Amino acid sequence: MNLGPHADFIVASYALTLFVVAALIAWVVLDYAAQRRVLGDLEARGITRRSRRNEG
Amino acid sequence: MAVIDLANPTRFLALVNRLLPWLAGATAVLFVLGLYRAMGAPDDYQQGATVKIMFLHVPSAWLGMFGWGVMSVAALGTLVWRHPLADVAGKAAAPLGAAFTFICLVTGSLWGRPTWGTYWVWDARLTSMLVLLLLYFGVLALYWTAEDPGRGARAAAILSLVGAVNLPIIKFSVDWWNTLHQPASIFRMGGSTIDPSILTPLFIMAGAFTMLFVTLHLAVMRNEILRRRVRTMQLMQAQALAEAGA
Repeated sequence: MNLGPHADFIVASYALTLFVVAALIAWVVLDYAAQRRVLGDLEARGITRRSRRNEG
Repeated sequence: MAVIDLANPTRFLALVNRLLPWLAGATAVLFVLGLYRAMGAPDDYQQGATVKIMFLHVPSAWLGMFGWGVMSVAALGTLVWRHPLADVAGKAAAPLGAAFTFICLVTGSLWGRPTWGTYWVWDARLTSMLVLLLLYFGVLALYWTAEDPGRGARAAAILSLVGAVNLPIIKFSVDWWNTLHQPASIFRMGGSTIDPSILTPLFIMAGAFTMLFVTLHLAVMRNEILRRRVRTMQLMQAQALAEAGA
């Protein structure tokens, strides 16, 4: 595939998009793991939400 | 399950947990197909291979505006019905919309240099898109800096509705003013002016980006619901400790 004389602009566009999308995905995955970990710690200490107690 | 049941955060979380793997898979398949078709698309007769930037730039522009549309609808749910899931939806859309608006502006700039001879010009389309990014930053600042989350949510909802005025300005800026940016060439009266060999990969890439937005939006909503549960439980813990010490 020949990207012509302006290949740098095309490659930079795709690289930037890949970087931003990868950063978004990493943020979502890491944030999910962090929230799950804190929730698990709180529940291990016997703290439960009122609605959770009502469910039981 | 009725649609109204999804207003319950616990049921919403259960549905999201089931949907996310399928949505992520569909997103990956669409991106593989879209990139394959985009790389095989012919060069434009005037712009040459730089037309390949369009496959990133145009879907990002759509999603930058779509994100604000989601926030505007969610703002109605926050202000009129005061439903917490509406606020969660609005807050989750803000960083995603900002990210795609940023991609749109930078890829547009990188596309502009070889085609227009400049990275930036203060014309109506580019400026209104930059205003959209600044509005996103404003909403994010309201969410992140408000001491009372409820007040921050209401302020962000009001800004979301006010900022929606910018969406038709972005869309019709190329018709209302004399701009360097090209006029509408995809959705326009009389049909698209783009050849199907380029239009088809563009639609597939737009589908892939949209699926990515939906997947990430649901995932960020899930994180936000968990974050609010953590906050509630930490407040309960602090209250229990205070009562034990009294």
